[in-house]
Amino acid sequence: MALIKDLAKVCKSKNAGPFDLTVDVVFGDAATFQRVEETGVLCAGLFARLYSVAEQHVLFTPYAAAFAFKATFPRLVPAGDFGDTDVYGCQQHAPLLDVDLPI
Amino acid sequence: MSTEIRMLSTTAILGYGFPEASLKAGMDRHPHVIGADGGSVDPGPHYLGSGKPFCSPIAIRRDLRLMLNAAVRAGIPLMIGTCGGAGGAPHLDLVAGMARDIARQDGLHFKMATIDAEQDKDSVKRRVAASRVKPLARQPALTDETIGRSARIVGMMGPEPFIAALEAGAQVVLAGRTSDPAPWAAAAMRAGLPPAPAWYAGKMLECGATPSVPKGHDCLMVTVRDDHVECEPTNPVRHCTPLSVANHSLHENSSPVHHIEPGGMLDTSDCRFDAVSDRAVRISGMRWNPAAQYTVKLEGVELAGYRSICVCGTRDPLLIGRLDDFIDSVRNEVAAKAAAFGAGPGSYQLGIRIYGRDGVMAGREPVRDAASHELGFVLEVVSAHSQDMASAVLGMARTNMLHTDFPGRLCREGNMAFPFSPSDIEVGPVYRFSIYHVAELDDPLEPFPIHYETL
Repeated sequence: MALIKDLAKVCKSKNAGPFDLTVDVVFGDAATFQRVEETGVLCAGLFARLYSVAEQHVLFTPYAAAFAFKATFPRLVPAGDFGDTDVYGCQQHAPLLDVDLPI
Repeated sequence: MSTEIRMLSTTAILGYGFPEASLKAGMDRHPHVIGADGGSVDPGPHYLGSGKPFCSPIAIRRDLRLMLNAAVRAGIPLMIGTCGGAGGAPHLDLVAGMARDIARQDGLHFKMATIDAEQDKDSVKRRVAASRVKPLARQPALTDETIGRSARIVGMMGPEPFIAALEAGAQVVLAGRTSDPAPWAAAAMRAGLPPAPAWYAGKMLECGATPSVPKGHDCLMVTVRDDHVECEPTNPVRHCTPLSVANHSLHENSSPVHHIEPGGMLDTSDCRFDAVSDRAVRISGMRWNPAAQYTVKLEGVELAGYRSICVCGTRDPLLIGRLDDFIDSVRNEVAAKAAAFGAGPGSYQLGIRIYGRDGVMAGREPVRDAASHELGFVLEVVSAHSQDMASAVLGMARTNMLHTDFPGRLCREGNMAFPFSPSDIEVGPVYRFSIYHVAELDDPLEPFPIHYETL
């Protein structure tokens, strides 16, 4: 078992435009990427659960060329609207850090 | 013989700064063009709405002066997209004015193009009437009412206006709102390189040295050839690695493999990232799929009200232990007292942000049982009517956070520590994004008039 924060080289969030948030998890090499992909833990459903968003609103894309997984889904509040807490969306990654990967 | 073009990006946003030595090291490699992105939608709706620059004019001027001197002395083009942070008319005017001042003060002579991206409301209404505007990101269809309410609308230009300006002999090209990679794609395509590596180069150059490690605001050199792109930072303390470059390819995109641009889609599914030295990385395998319909993004904002804020904190464990009830009491007091001076419940919004609990993630915060010994608060009022009304309601919120009683209270002189006097800050007009659509164009130049002047 390994936590994402111990295994990943990058785990980050950012706006993808004013209405969407995008979260990236990048691993260091092809072998690690493949082992992580095979666990099936990183998937649209995981992001739907962690970020309380409907699964059909999660665009989940593994990107083997960069050893990366990306998920994009609606922000809780559009950037800069009343109630937004993170205009750049760059501090929304923390729930992923403790996700356990069975490898 | 294959063509090669070298392009030097100085920083992530004009005004973020870069070491002068990095620019010199880049110029020593004889780039064909230099530039920097001037802005982003990322800092939120304020800059587009207010017309104010995102970076300070003092910082923008410093960066621009060094770049203008370097470009003019080397006889190469300098291009800045999204001038002034948001790329509206006042933002472009600010940066163009600086370029004129610097040219006069430093004795520089060049032909300058300014490309306007601000869209007048009638032109946007005509596009809507012709059914040539489509919503993005789950937004509603654009209506004349929404257009009418907007404070400012910009179109996000592609590479074509930059190509036109360079063809007309402009050495310095300053543009309003621009797709971040477009100026770079323009320079590479004008040099005869295919769109796929040209756009990919732009994706790397749009943030200065961000694709390198250690990350910092600094210069990046990209060499574009027929079937690949090579990235290398010019500051010897930084280096590009396959990981650092691959990581940047994920930056601010919805998809890591399909990058929609005005004239088509950059497909990076089969990219390879190969180290060519311990400092440079080659990226190959990108593809360009031309779109059947040319589109540009429209961004617009509207006034949402006027904001006043106040920062305070508590170190009282008895208060922290019954915080939710306390906040409810404060809200009730504020509602009653604000209504008494004419601020009805629908006329303002009161936000009480609690740092140390869920100030960063709000409703998405999964940690609900952590107990902090102190908590920070940002009190916020947005009034639909006026700044004075926002400040009046905020003052009531601040007073009640300080003095509202709660069961078991021992700290009878006050509940909150205020770090500043005055405690309340008038933030000014608040804007919200109201237009985030694409417009179909027959002519990529049509919404972006170019003006030329000789300095």
